[in-house]
Amino acid sequence: MNHLVEAFDLLLDAESWSGPGGFGARMLEHLWYTALALIISSAIALPVGLAVGHTGRGRALAVISSGLVRALPTLGLITLAALFVGIGLTAPMIAFVVLAVPSILAGAYAGVESVSPATTDAAKAQGMSGWQVLIKVEIPLGLPLIIGGLRNATLQVVATATLAAYVGAGGLGRQLFLGLRTQDYPLMLAASLAVILLAIILDACFEFSQRLLRRLLGLV
Amino acid sequence: MRMYSAACAGIALLTLSACGGGGDPLETDDDDAATDGDSAELVVGSQQYYSNTIIAEIYAQVLEHEGHEVQREFEIGQREVYIPELESGAIDVFPEYTGNLAAYIDPDTDSGDPDSVHAALVDVLPEGLEALDYAAATDQDSYVVTAEFAEENNLTTVADLDDVDEDLSIAANSEFETRPYGIGGLADTYGVELTLVPVEDSGGPLTLRALLDGDVEVANIYSADPAIEDNDLVILEDTESLVLPQNVVPVVSENVDDQARDAINEVQSVLDQQALLDINAYSQSTQDSPADVAQWWLDDQGMLD
Repeated sequence: MNHLVEAFDLLLDAESWSGPGGFGARMLEHLWYTALALIISSAIALPVGLAVGHTGRGRALAVISSGLVRALPTLGLITLAALFVGIGLTAPMIAFVVLAVPSILAGAYAGVESVSPATTDAAKAQGMSGWQVLIKVEIPLGLPLIIGGLRNATLQVVATATLAAYVGAGGLGRQLFLGLRTQDYPLMLAASLAVILLAIILDACFEFSQRLLRRLLGLV
Repeated sequence: MRMYSAACAGIALLTLSACGGGGDPLETDDDDAATDGDSAELVVGSQQYYSNTIIAEIYAQVLEHEGHEVQREFEIGQREVYIPELESGAIDVFPEYTGNLAAYIDPDTDSGDPDSVHAALVDVLPEGLEALDYAAATDQDSYVVTAEFAEENNLTTVADLDDVDEDLSIAANSEFETRPYGIGGLADTYGVELTLVPVEDSGGPLTLRALLDGDVEVANIYSADPAIEDNDLVILEDTESLVLPQNVVPVVSENVDDQARDAINEVQSVLDQQALLDINAYSQSTQDSPADVAQWWLDDQGMLD
């Protein structure tokens, strides 16, 4: 319990937030890693997921492969990747993308599939092309689920981004590992709390945007 | 690599003990008769570290050769777990490292030459436990550079790093930031300013990779790691003993008689740095069980004749 009190003291101390190695800078790094991983994995998983959902082709493959990828231990993947590409951000980023892709992919195809066939048929009957159905009907209606996938991925990546520090990159993992290695448990706990705080804030942002969307789309 | 070897060693050990290593009760009767009634069984322990287990196995085999009955309690893990076992007398022989053990018992242990650290260890050991002779072999943090970098900049000691005209960084675990032998210590003692690139695999393959890739100029790798020889790396001499010496030292209980102590000390006298490097390299290249590696080395030394 004492550790927890000390950890909060540390977090409330302005000094531990300042400087290049402080909590503030590390938290920004952590956020940046998370954002970068999400941008890269969205660029991969969204088009594939939408295509799978829209055409209905390759669904089994997408389900099986994303399930397999989910079973990969991230630390092992980082170590393996770092042995090939060297230390720095590249190896952890590969692992974070692998971690985020399955959720985003699943959200995308599930979102498109969730649109009732009657609706898409009606759209086609109006003379819409396949692209128009996808962009004007399926994506907007599937958006809550698509964003849900992004939300899951964000939560996983922000919690796992501490591992970037394992191979020489930054982020809140720096404080976490330093605390672990030097038996400075208040520091370790403070870093964990900072990660939790970040995760809660990001999740709240998604919750807010999902609600807003539902209202805008009249889905409430 | 270290984890992998440790895992292999662990599996090998399990298999070994499963197929009769525990001893056949019918057979030991004969052995007992041969050893002038000295039937007290000695328990040898080891850390969860492949190199340490091999050293423990060497002690065990030497003791068995001397006619003692030995029970192996290997791969016990951290000091928090096995030191109480040693104190309670549940374990009789344990290979340790002078500096770390002394610092574990007394965190204020000062660094110095191997002699003074061994003496400090003897002082702080709890009653009932004794440290035998320390071996020349050490397994300690060391500052390592590539051969080319050493040649280019004329480096032989840590202090020489001060003369290098570029920003230098070192790959090490994150605790290097705060440890006495770390960033601060290097600046205070040698005037060498290094930037830490934390790589958390304790001088393992990732740290090595960072050094070989040129991501860092210096790396913290353990002195008994065969990777140093394999990759033609140079250990910079720590002339001021900034790093606590970690000479291999057996800690024994009162159950270990003089004859057994002499036998272990005989191992200690031949276990020099090259010997430990050979042992570790042999283990990593063959992936043999610690028992086989120990036997190979003892045969090589002619100590089981």
